[in-house]
Amino acid sequence: MKPEDQKRLLREMIFYRRFEDRCFEAYMERKVGGFLHLYSGQEAVATGVLERAKPGHDYVITGYRDHVHALKSGAPAREVMAELYGKETGSSKGRGGSMHIFDPTVNFMGGYALVGQPFPLAAGLALGAKHRGEGQIAICFLGDGANNQGTFHETMNMASVWNLPVLFVCENNEYAIGTHIDRSTAVRDQYKRVCGYNMEASQHDGMDIDVVMEAASKAIDYVRGESKPYFIEFMTYRFRGHSMSDAKSYRTKEEEAEWEKRDPIKVYSRRLKKAGVISDADIKAMEKEIDDEVENDIIKFAEESPEPKIEDLTRYVLDDNPDPRWIGPLVNEGE
Amino acid sequence: MAETAYWEAIRRAHDEEMANDKMVIAMGEDIGVAGGTYKATSGLFDKYGPERIIDTPISENSYTGIGIGASMVGMRPIIEIMSINFALLALDTIVNAAAKIRYMSGGRIACPLVIRTPGGTAHQLAAQHSARLARMFMSTAGLRVVTPRGPVDAYGMLKSAVRCNDPVVIIEHERMYNMKEEMPEEEFFRPLEGAEIVRRGTDITLIGYNYNVHLCLGAADKLAKDGISAEVLDLRSLKPLDRETIRRSVEKTHRVVIAEEDEAPVGVGAEIMAAINEDCFFALDAQPIRVHAADVPVPYNARLEKEAIPDVEDVYQGALKALGKI
Repeated sequence: MKPEDQKRLLREMIFYRRFEDRCFEAYMERKVGGFLHLYSGQEAVATGVLERAKPGHDYVITGYRDHVHALKSGAPAREVMAELYGKETGSSKGRGGSMHIFDPTVNFMGGYALVGQPFPLAAGLALGAKHRGEGQIAICFLGDGANNQGTFHETMNMASVWNLPVLFVCENNEYAIGTHIDRSTAVRDQYKRVCGYNMEASQHDGMDIDVVMEAASKAIDYVRGESKPYFIEFMTYRFRGHSMSDAKSYRTKEEEAEWEKRDPIKVYSRRLKKAGVISDADIKAMEKEIDDEVENDIIKFAEESPEPKIEDLTRYVLDDNPDPRWIGPLVNEGE
Repeated sequence: MAETAYWEAIRRAHDEEMANDKMVIAMGEDIGVAGGTYKATSGLFDKYGPERIIDTPISENSYTGIGIGASMVGMRPIIEIMSINFALLALDTIVNAAAKIRYMSGGRIACPLVIRTPGGTAHQLAAQHSARLARMFMSTAGLRVVTPRGPVDAYGMLKSAVRCNDPVVIIEHERMYNMKEEMPEEEFFRPLEGAEIVRRGTDITLIGYNYNVHLCLGAADKLAKDGISAEVLDLRSLKPLDRETIRRSVEKTHRVVIAEEDEAPVGVGAEIMAAINEDCFFALDAQPIRVHAADVPVPYNARLEKEAIPDVEDVYQGALKALGKI
């Protein structure tokens, strides 16, 4: 990989961390409402996998911890932040919020709050892509907790039977909200669960973006080349709570400290420094530039954007410009 | 014109829409090789192949979800759910996903899919195959819910539903699949919205939807023998509801009976009574009457089943009550 690409990837991960931290601050300032689920700690997974896919072309779908998947797919950061602010300029025009970022212009097909619901939707995106023959695959990012939903089993089965080009990315952060995997799930290794569906699967370190990219490349080549599903599991950790209301009472400080040593940004920046690709001063400059961009461009845009109009409350429920040939209404004779 | 059965009408709509647009696919349990429980897709597997007539495993929630995902990227799936009871398994993907994706994406993504399912009681199928549930789908913003009463609407509304850009739930009925009607041989479409006055009258309005329109027509025949002129309204679309046509009819007849096969609580009839109260309360000469199912799980025993579900006599009696004759 070229040094400038390595620097770009590091910058992206630092940017995502800063973006999420800034969401947290905006939430504490009550500028952002609802539920807020942050991705800090897991950056190497979305960044690494989508680096090896064709973001903007391939379909990407995920759960409610969706900001970074949207950003790496190419959704403008201004619009994602404006969505959190509930503004008309947001990715979903302020109708979705943090958990429901959508940007079909880059084939980011949404964040969903029903755990496990994106499994079948992803398989459907893949079915559509295969049918249309335009070469996309679907990539579905979900946590280990989602694998205990019926949709996991139903969808793995159908994706396999129908040879759908879908990559299921399991971000195993060991906690389903606040319940540890050992207390909720019979098998810790999630990739083993799909062998019953005759699907290729593997497990990798999710804290090292180089490992993620290498594994993702192979999996994506397989999905695209063979037009078959693949289940890839990355072992990772979220540094913050499940959402803002989470005091993390279910895990120990020691455990958190162990994982923080494997912070994907630290792991990667150490490697790049050792290789002479980047210096501490470069990183400092990068961070300053990012802070400036987040504060003076992204947050400014979100703050200054207009709210949706009250009179638009009922727009987007159904097609706002339906074709009267199909919709009517039917006219009774003599009326 | 040719006499066509309800199932044949649905089959013809599938065939024409699939021939017209290769983005149209059909999915469901046993719809392909086996030809469909109600024959609604018979012969189409051979014509369009397994990529477009998709036999699914018994996984209602996820195959519906797959259809929704496909609809988000330009496909137009027609999903058959063998019984509306089984649609309960798919409520997450129908109600939480299909109905909400357009809205929560700020109108940026549509889900143009059709879900067909029979809702109603028939031949002692007992509690777990006899749900109606129209009221539940009717209460979900983001869905269209239509209830074709015969082959003409079954054909014409399915074709419109395939072309419309919204998720459409079509509630059919076990007891209607073999019902026949004269149908034009040339292609036609029936609009998804708008109630239909299927019989003109002046003394009382009988409102039905789905199979129970036929109960209303039967009751109207009996009333005619008593010298009473009943107007029969087929709602056709439960969501959106054509309140305007209801209002005009009630303002003309001043008396109204609503026939529903659903249970009464929080039901279709309750919604229509509320609409009448809000829209034309002062036009009423008597309280509106609901004719509905008993508030019980549908029993297996034939006598009990018959008792649980409204029939022509029940609608007739309801009309007599609204007319102050009993």
